[in-house]
Amino acid sequence: MHEMSIALSIVEAVEERARQEGAGWISEIELLVGKLAGIEPESLKFCFSAAAAGTLAARALLAIEEPEGVGECGECGMIFPVNFYYAECPACRSLRVKIISGEEFLIQSMTIEEEEE
Amino acid sequence: MCDTCGCSTEGGAVLRKPGQSDYHVHVNEHEHAHGEHHSHEHGDHHHEGSGRKVVLEQDVLQKNNLLAERNRGYFEARKIFALNFLSSPGSGKTSLLEKIIPALQQCFPVAVIEGDQQTTNDADRIQALGVPVIQINTGSGCHLDALMVNRAMKELEMQNNSLLCIENVGNLVCPALFDLGEALKVVIISVTEGDDKPLKYPTMFHEADICILNKIDLLPYVEFDAAKCRENAMRVNHHLEWFELSAKTGEGLAALREWLEGKMAQH
Repeated sequence: MHEMSIALSIVEAVEERARQEGAGWISEIELLVGKLAGIEPESLKFCFSAAAAGTLAARALLAIEEPEGVGECGECGMIFPVNFYYAECPACRSLRVKIISGEEFLIQSMTIEEEEE
Repeated sequence: MCDTCGCSTEGGAVLRKPGQSDYHVHVNEHEHAHGEHHSHEHGDHHHEGSGRKVVLEQDVLQKNNLLAERNRGYFEARKIFALNFLSSPGSGKTSLLEKIIPALQQCFPVAVIEGDQQTTNDADRIQALGVPVIQINTGSGCHLDALMVNRAMKELEMQNNSLLCIENVGNLVCPALFDLGEALKVVIISVTEGDDKPLKYPTMFHEADICILNKIDLLPYVEFDAAKCRENAMRVNHHLEWFELSAKTGEGLAALREWLEGKMAQH
């Protein structure tokens, strides 16, 4: 259940930046959470509402984009979609697969509103 | 609300030292002000309700990662080789440390940071070996983070050129995401668990550098296929360094000790 401390990190990061920008409140936060990042988006959303209570992000909508996992075979170089860390190359059956996408975990952007409501 | 799990209102981690019941340092994790209101005078300008987009492109765990890098720099400067021990509860992390530290101490100084939700039981066991140890009690927290380790290492008397063993909270899920500044992650499984554990908890095995199969003295009594377990672990992470041992009987411990001594020499 690490989603709670992660939700708090997100609130802390966006709130700090929003204050620098002189925002009244934050209406939307865009996150990039790769399917292999080890984060449950639903759990994160659930925790976020508790973590954001009483902050500038209290009413922010959490928009989560979830890039698919992509692996690259270390033997034959094939690039293919992966759902798990223990992927096998579909071409040569090698297990020497490097994850090249799907582990992203970023705060992309936020939308700030000037007016305090 | 807890800063980590959301389970209670008393969430902050606490540092403790064995045998010093009045020693007690709070680790404040999050210092953001809740419910803070600021008035904000606006001129006549209006934005017609539409907000302004601010690009952050920032790693969510950036704060932890930056602090972990600071810890790593501190360890490097003092030539401290830090290992992060991870496993489910009860797979023998503390027993392994109890067994291997006396042997390692012949070659170099060792210090230990213990992580548990409550009690100094593990730190008490380590202190009996005569090595510097500090206990982090995470309260309801399910993992150690870089800030807790940063505070703990400042309270711990560590020598230069030493080995630091950080025993994380027993949990195969959450600690995988939090870099502490360690040189290597060591994941431990025991034969009383399932041999498919690496497939069930792939993130942890994917992040680890070393995998130790413990309690091999019990292999005759349990349905556990060590070769299968190794194969499963390698499927998740083919870079894993693999060891099989029994912290109880000492079988297989020499290989790990020699490997660690080699790493310390290169370090």
